[in-house]
Amino acid sequence: MAFNYDKYLRVNKMPTLWCWGCGDGVILKATIRAIEKMGWDMKDVCIVSGIGCSGRFSSYIDCNTVHTTHGRTVAYATGIKLAKPHAHVIVVAGDGDGLAIGGNHTIHGCRRNIDLNFILINNFIYGLTNSQTSPTTPRGMWTVSQKNGNIDPTFNACQLAIGAGASFVARESMTDPKKLEKILVKGFSHKGFSFMDIFSNCHINLGRKNKMVSAMDNLKWIDNITLPLKKWEALSEEEQLNIFPTGVLREVEQEEYCDMYAEIQKAAQGQRPKITQDDFEKKI
Amino acid sequence: MREVISTGNELAAKAAVEAGARFFGGYPITPSSEVMHESSDLLPKVGGTTIQMEDEIAGISAALGASMSGVKSFTATSGPGISLKAEQIGLGFIAEIPLVIINVMRGGPSTGLPTRVSQADIGQAQYPTHGDYASITLCAGSLTECYTQTVRAFNLAEKYMTPVFMLLDETIGHMHGKADLPGIEEVEAGIVERERFHGEPEDYKPYKAEMNKPAVLNPMFEGYKYHITGLHHGDEGFPTEDAKQCEYNIERLVGKINTVHLENGGLDDEPDYEEVDLEDADICIIAYGSIALGAYEAVKKLRSEGIKAGLFRPIMLWPSPIKRLEEIGKKFENRIMVTELNMGQYSKEIERVIKRNDFTTLLKANGRPIAPAEMVAKVKEMI
Repeated sequence: MAFNYDKYLRVNKMPTLWCWGCGDGVILKATIRAIEKMGWDMKDVCIVSGIGCSGRFSSYIDCNTVHTTHGRTVAYATGIKLAKPHAHVIVVAGDGDGLAIGGNHTIHGCRRNIDLNFILINNFIYGLTNSQTSPTTPRGMWTVSQKNGNIDPTFNACQLAIGAGASFVARESMTDPKKLEKILVKGFSHKGFSFMDIFSNCHINLGRKNKMVSAMDNLKWIDNITLPLKKWEALSEEEQLNIFPTGVLREVEQEEYCDMYAEIQKAAQGQRPKITQDDFEKKI
Repeated sequence: MREVISTGNELAAKAAVEAGARFFGGYPITPSSEVMHESSDLLPKVGGTTIQMEDEIAGISAALGASMSGVKSFTATSGPGISLKAEQIGLGFIAEIPLVIINVMRGGPSTGLPTRVSQADIGQAQYPTHGDYASITLCAGSLTECYTQTVRAFNLAEKYMTPVFMLLDETIGHMHGKADLPGIEEVEAGIVERERFHGEPEDYKPYKAEMNKPAVLNPMFEGYKYHITGLHHGDEGFPTEDAKQCEYNIERLVGKINTVHLENGGLDDEPDYEEVDLEDADICIIAYGSIALGAYEAVKKLRSEGIKAGLFRPIMLWPSPIKRLEEIGKKFENRIMVTELNMGQYSKEIERVIKRNDFTTLLKANGRPIAPAEMVAKVKEMI
């Protein structure tokens, strides 16, 4: 039987405002399937989005949804989650939202290892505002804000997340929706900050002057710059330079922030001794 | 009554917790940091949370997020922090998220005078962010009021579904002394809880509100699934650009505070101002915040010398006490002296309300307080 998305969608908000062929719709559907696999009660689910095409993601799923300001998704989500730790909180941000204006919050969300599910919809461009350079725009590509070609280095979002301490870091592209769904389920199941860098297409605004005017051209390009981790590891260093590994890049058990804060509350209420360095295996 | 010895900043934190706040999100900044210090101590004891975020923006964002989850929430900062938080305050206004923002004022602009007193964020409190809205701003004039007005700020935030500014200044925030606080039973009896919709979830329209009435936002995670956005939105919270809806939204956001304040003679039953020896006075001193403490002394001194001075001290600065100020303007004409620690930010509001500009001002913006003797001397110049 075909999967019933209607159960999860705000059907009266359809069609989405995304362009035809946009990867955001594929990610939306994979997210819904992953939520179903998790068996979550939608009354306990909150989706927090920021500004940009990805910002509208939250409005399409029938749960508690918050469309915040540009870049501040993780900060809002941190308050939402800490206030109600039982909630399943999914953050959806674009590459501009999560890595440029909101980069600081992304870093510190990873560092705190608070149990948020962070979906970075990475389409390498500012799509909604018509093709400005984003932190992930590849070098040499045309954008409206760098008409002579982008010279800014490309941000490797997963390396950032690993460096900042996220306990689950994965990369996948929407070109394989089944794999994407599996990664999302893994991320959602993980306790702690799950950072998922999802490559998506924007043939309209990334593609139009970069020889990827059709969605298929853009998807092929994504396939050409990605390789499953095992295969990527077999490449020479020089070959690795322009290819992004996909799959789970980091998965470790680490103290989760809300759990630790619950210990602080216990200590304050005299139910346990004060927290000291002895409580932590990794102290510094 | 409870007698305590404490500081203004600590009393504000105590008041927040006793008013029902269970979440603080903030970032350290002089001279407000003690509010966070005290919160980090008090909140976990009652099952609440204090989090020091990575920056000012994150501090208020987390606090707004917690409020969306249905938890009474606050942040504390000083002028530079308000500048950084401005965009999120705007989301609080348009999405109608209750929040208390404590601003312990220091000298500005920019980094200004971090450890010195000012009252230069009065204009900022009225219009902290872009767009049209109306702000509620309270200002503590004593240690006791650091407590009582903070409690009031939480009640107003919940009642009107909006961010509320609680202004302290460096002097009053760091002042250490005795304060008489209302009994805890009295405080708890006055607590305002957020209104809730109790009908069927499919009938719930959070932003379907009558003109000049606030939205009714149920806490998240209770089965009422809805959308919160910083965009203009219709009854169900979903984005719209419909001209009539947008016009209605703005008129309602402004009206639910300014029109209600004007029509009801206030936003609650508590006094919006204090008057000292004003009835038989010939001269009216207008002062607020820590400066009013000096003004009490000045009034006494002037009266001892046979000069009939009185004091008008606004407590709710925004919306301003328009009706009473109009009466004062008529009664005292140009025999009014406004004194404040800025270049005349509230004097301008008084000028607007009483429709005259021939009153006297005693202003200071160098990080130092205004001594009673300076007020006395200025009043004598007026005679």
